[in-house]
Amino acid sequence: MTDLTAPVSAPARKRRSNLQLLMANRLAAAGLFIFGFIVILALLAPILPIPNPDITDQPNRLLPPLSEGHLLGTDHLGRDILSRLIWGTQVSLLVGVSATALAAFFGSLIGLVAGYVRGATDSILMRFVDMLMAFPYILLAIAIVAALGPGLLNALYAIALVNIPFFARNIRGVTVSIRNREFVDAARLSGKSHAAVLFTEVLPNVLPVIVITMSTTVGWMILETAGLSFLGLGAQPPTSDLGSMLGQARAQLFTAPHASIIPGVMIFLLVMSINLLGDGVRDVLDPRLRSGTLGRPMPVTKIKRETKPASTIEDAPALFVENLSTGFDTGGSITPAVNEISFRLDKGECLGLIGESGSGKSVTALSLMGLVASPPGIITNGGVYIQGQDVLSLREQDLIALRGARVAYVFQDPLTTLHPLFSVADQIAEAVLAHNPIGKRAARQRAVELMETVGIRDASGRASAYPHELSGGQRQRIGIAMALANDPDIIIADEPTTALDVTVQARILELLQKLRRERGLALLLITHDFGVVAQVCDRVAVMKNGEIVEQGETQTILRAPQHDYTKRLIACVPELGEGHSFLDRVRPLFSEAKA
Amino acid sequence: MTNAIQIRDLVKTFGGGRSLFGRKANEVQAVRGISLDLKRGETLGIVGESGSGKSTLARMLVGLEHPTSGTMLIDNKPWADLAASGSRAFGRTIQYVFQDPVASLNPRKTIGDILDVPLRLLCSYDSTKRALRKRELIDAVQMPLDTLERYPHEFSGGQAQRIAIARALAAEASILVLDEPVSALDVSVQAQMLLLLQQLRDDLALSYIFISHDLAVVESISDRVAVMYLGEVVETGPAAKLFANPQHDYTRSLIASAPRLSATDSAA
Repeated sequence: MTDLTAPVSAPARKRRSNLQLLMANRLAAAGLFIFGFIVILALLAPILPIPNPDITDQPNRLLPPLSEGHLLGTDHLGRDILSRLIWGTQVSLLVGVSATALAAFFGSLIGLVAGYVRGATDSILMRFVDMLMAFPYILLAIAIVAALGPGLLNALYAIALVNIPFFARNIRGVTVSIRNREFVDAARLSGKSHAAVLFTEVLPNVLPVIVITMSTTVGWMILETAGLSFLGLGAQPPTSDLGSMLGQARAQLFTAPHASIIPGVMIFLLVMSINLLGDGVRDVLDPRLRSGTLGRPMPVTKIKRETKPASTIEDAPALFVENLSTGFDTGGSITPAVNEISFRLDKGECLGLIGESGSGKSVTALSLMGLVASPPGIITNGGVYIQGQDVLSLREQDLIALRGARVAYVFQDPLTTLHPLFSVADQIAEAVLAHNPIGKRAARQRAVELMETVGIRDASGRASAYPHELSGGQRQRIGIAMALANDPDIIIADEPTTALDVTVQARILELLQKLRRERGLALLLITHDFGVVAQVCDRVAVMKNGEIVEQGETQTILRAPQHDYTKRLIACVPELGEGHSFLDRVRPLFSEAKA
Repeated sequence: MTNAIQIRDLVKTFGGGRSLFGRKANEVQAVRGISLDLKRGETLGIVGESGSGKSTLARMLVGLEHPTSGTMLIDNKPWADLAASGSRAFGRTIQYVFQDPVASLNPRKTIGDILDVPLRLLCSYDSTKRALRKRELIDAVQMPLDTLERYPHEFSGGQAQRIAIARALAAEASILVLDEPVSALDVSVQAQMLLLLQQLRDDLALSYIFISHDLAVVESISDRVAVMYLGEVVETGPAAKLFANPQHDYTRSLIASAPRLSATDSAA
């Protein structure tokens, strides 16, 4: 809520810490524990009481596990497998992690520069990356090792190089989208050079993606190192490494399977745990997942009412809302967004719900059909009566069936609510079919009719157009056509014209008025614009901080507002023709508030 | 009488380049031959609908886009000279306030860090002077002092816009291009912001280019208004006169479409 007087300080929100979020994901927690255990074991290799991994002992070759002195047995040269496993894990981890770091550094650098500079530099760098990608990766790694000579260090270089494209492509994509953000332009205007913008403005915003990509790649890198060592191109004898252990035990696969199974299991555990952990880290760092719980939203908002109101009422209007309260669960306490509001809407009537951002008008609109995302949304009180029937008492399926059929929504930005990959007629037809299985052909026919109803010229020609091919006004008309698909009684329009130009806004408002008159629709119009309310609404309810502070006939409220808040809101609307006198008129309003 | 900005026959064409195989790409003329003047201490309102080229014009003025042809004099300095001497020369002469205040602040930096950049790079102040100026700026846009330690997401749209204005003021440029600075704000916050802009202009002797699609808002703050339509300026004139007696058909249709509180009789 933007306060009229002093800037309010945002209340400290209770958020779960990163570690808590990670632990809430059981698979990721398991991954963390397994990975942590392996890392500690590998780090402690020099001080653990295990025999030297490189000492051969031919008489005791290929001892089975649990032999005396050799917990996991010995390999074909009589070396202790447990000792080689721990030392080998250390080597594999070291190579995997440093290869990841190398690939991340160079790949991110290429991606950042290519994404920021664009143009020819972008083309040249990305074609180089494409060239690397065009080779099968293992073939390329083999070629590099063949050229440089076998050895762990060369294998590391090869694997790092092979993985550069993966980082470069990812980071370039993110950089391109961040580069076009306004704060980058703003930093340029503040006098920063391109290099400074790239490394001090863009990089901090790309960093989480780099970290996530790294966490998901480490496991893959360890696997690739093992692959090269298995082929004899990585670690050279007698150094142990998981891949070379596997490779050397291959000959005895049938006589002594434990010599190859044990390093195999280790690779599996290591890669698996890193991938699980990496997935978990990604979820934790994703800001969308952070703000709420990691669960999926439920189909209907959670309803937890203290007292249950009567499930039906007599002589009801089209829509009657009584003492409706909705809140958000913010870890322990419930922050109310809508508080005990009541209003009615008759057939053919238009009620305007007006308020500033944060006043709870959109939450009200979504609460009516249980559409508030839950968690964290909870309906805590009240009833919503449609034709006298409380919809919040209905079973979940019945409530879902009402949506779109009796009550339909029109949203602010049709470009985000329409699916970009389906033609508009298909989307309207889908809305028809959702409630009325009349067959595909008939539904499409109906879609074209609806498009004509909402005033789209050449409807049959435009039917196969995609949303991006239509103008903003036409898209909103499609949005209205979808709302009309099942002849609803009530349309809830949430800021339907806010994203449109004034000339287009005037046309859309005319259309809504016409539909209301012809079809007897009840219209609940949510807006922040008094001009729009004055033009279309019969009655208006003014919302502030989740409460309705005043409601009544539009004319009465606009001419003689009773509540101070309404008075002030109306006073703050500049009128065309008023000119500079507007500022003189509102100045006292704010100087009083400060005094 | 010197002009703060003088624009002559400005044209901006997007696309039209040739691809690798010699095909000509689609060409879009965003701005077609605009000539405008902004006097010192004046507010020039620019109105127009989406796609009329308002923002392209603004971005060219501050050097974020290169004009295809035409000349601009900014503070009596040719645009090409400013562009050749780099982003700092631009920043000292003319500043830009973005439409979406939250998007124009880097989410990972504190307000203090954000305000520090222009003071350090454009004004070359030492650290004590910077700290002093930051407090003055925050005070000038009527925000509390602890703002400096906080992050952009902790502020509402109106507060973020005040911070964005503070950043533009920090450069000590005398010309400000305001691109829809109040469109994203609630009416009461919008009124406050208009008052603040008016006061800053008078106190600091600034010149504004004020871009908006809201006619009433433009009228309330502008001395003169230019109406843009499909990349051209179709009409300019003193604010009161232009809206009371529009000459061009497009201006008339804009005025007729604007929703107003008193026009309820026609809708009933």
